[in-house]
Amino acid sequence: MIALAPRTRLLVAAVLFLLFAALPFVAAGTDDHFLVITATRVMVFAIAALSLDLILGYGALVSFGHAAYLGIGAYTVAILSSNGVSDLALQMLAAVLASAVFALVTGAISLRTKGVYFIMITLAFGQMAFFFFVSLSSYGGDDGFTLQARSTLMGTALLENDRVFFYVTLAALVLLFLFANALIGSRFGRVLTGTRENPLRMQAIGFTPFRYQLTAYVISGCMAGIAGVLLANQTEFVSPAFMTWHRSGELIVMVILGGIGTLVGGILGAAAFLMLEEWLAIFSEHWRLAMGVILVLVVLFTRGGLTGLLRRLLGGRA
Amino acid sequence: MTNLLLLQALNGLQFGVLLFLVAAGLTLVFGIMDFINLAHGVLYMVGAYLVATFAGLTGSFWLGIVIALPVALVFGLLLEVLIFRRLYDRSHLDQVLATFGLIMIVNEGVKIIWGAAPLSVPMPDLLSGSVPLVGMMQYPVYRIAIIAAGLLTALGLYLMIGHTRIGMLLRAGASNGKMVSALGVNIRRLFMIVFGFGAMLAGFAGAMIAPILSVDPGMGESVLILTFVVIVIGGIGSIRGAFIAAILVGLVDTLGRTFGPILLRMVLDPSAASQTGRTLAPMLIYILMAAILFFRPAGLFGRKS
Repeated sequence: MIALAPRTRLLVAAVLFLLFAALPFVAAGTDDHFLVITATRVMVFAIAALSLDLILGYGALVSFGHAAYLGIGAYTVAILSSNGVSDLALQMLAAVLASAVFALVTGAISLRTKGVYFIMITLAFGQMAFFFFVSLSSYGGDDGFTLQARSTLMGTALLENDRVFFYVTLAALVLLFLFANALIGSRFGRVLTGTRENPLRMQAIGFTPFRYQLTAYVISGCMAGIAGVLLANQTEFVSPAFMTWHRSGELIVMVILGGIGTLVGGILGAAAFLMLEEWLAIFSEHWRLAMGVILVLVVLFTRGGLTGLLRRLLGGRA
Repeated sequence: MTNLLLLQALNGLQFGVLLFLVAAGLTLVFGIMDFINLAHGVLYMVGAYLVATFAGLTGSFWLGIVIALPVALVFGLLLEVLIFRRLYDRSHLDQVLATFGLIMIVNEGVKIIWGAAPLSVPMPDLLSGSVPLVGMMQYPVYRIAIIAAGLLTALGLYLMIGHTRIGMLLRAGASNGKMVSALGVNIRRLFMIVFGFGAMLAGFAGAMIAPILSVDPGMGESVLILTFVVIVIGGIGSIRGAFIAAILVGLVDTLGRTFGPILLRMVLDPSAASQTGRTLAPMLIYILMAAILFFRPAGLFGRKS
């Protein structure tokens, strides 16, 4: 576990967010519209990875079904907008509620188990959600469902503009990061981290770990649900493919790649993973081979992922 | 109805023994070295591709299997030496990341070597007919052969684990690897043997199923998740648990798909019943797993940690 000092964490995050904010200007200068779209996708997955890092890094709860919330968020958009509710804020609210209910029920059951069994039971719930949406034939079943348009922002079609959508996504990422950061620094966050280190001791000094872990699990699910809402809007398409176990695995990979338990690691990992995907795909249709090799090498030769690397570059002061 | 039940029960049993062959190696690897190997499913896939290749080259399914098995064993040992042994001391998350990468490598490697299009393996003539079961009903000989091969392997494993010295070490290793190591057993070598053997069993399962399933680059992943379901239901490290859970999952999945809608029609109108049936059928085994873990958080035969 690579612990970043809170100030370093904020500093790295600020640099990252400023880089993101400048991107559309770079893209306008080089006439590279694709860059904005790719960067939006990176930020959407950064939100999902951030939400996973919250429970994985700080609660040691390895959810292998986290992509389910991407799907729940995305399908909330599809279901609401095809029934006439196209406002983004309302859709976000509904997605958060739906994610919270799913996380509360499945989390309460999953938290009875530990370690590998927890990983597998969250996977089971993820698969249940996947198959549920596969069988939802009125919304395309296996083939997915194409949205008529993006959600509306206070009654306007502003989100149709990719640049506006980019900044809305960035705003969501920044707000959720600050929220997660505050949560980790709060008493709640310290109990959660304490439980990660030693649940028995936390119990002995009078806390109920289960309640804190479940709350964190629900919060994390809600954040990933928001990422799902944004993902559906970006692709203007929803599909059960958003929530395969493979996607859940990729989210875990993003978090580990970036550095567990650092919050910024999730963002870095999502960026690295997706950019690597884009970049490798230029060279060969068999880019997955290279991607796999890189992942294996990262595990074998770095400790603490990209954040660990960053930390060493900063001379271990961070 | 009784005939259909019997037919589907046999199909479920066949699916179950197949899952057991893949799960046996995985649960031992997991139990002894505490190692999460997401890439176990690719060994099953590689087995199927190897038998497709060697059966094509030699013109005989049997020769194909005979050559494919040692090659699968060597492939497994190669993975162990090159990658896995560097990961034992690492966290579960590192193991997940590395073996996830390995899945990508092998899946893509298979596409490069054999192409993305599914291959088919001709069924051996000897086993291609069907036999009368009850009354008018026929059952394919090949599926009976799979069941027989699976049950024989299970029996062999049972005898080996229960009645040989290496079996004793395996049981002890799965219960408490550190203690066995402290008693002077070279647990790494033991593990290498188990890993190679497990790779061969998974490869054998892939080779056996190849003639009745198309061989394609995604086949390892679908079986991987089911295999994890099996070993978690059975209790990690327990061969007996894996066997019972595999048969249970095979039966529940197969019977659920057939009889779920029929049972639902008793309480729902036909269209609602078929819709609900289609929704619930693929979820059944995951519901089963969640329910079992709810009551027994360490699986049916797992030890409380």
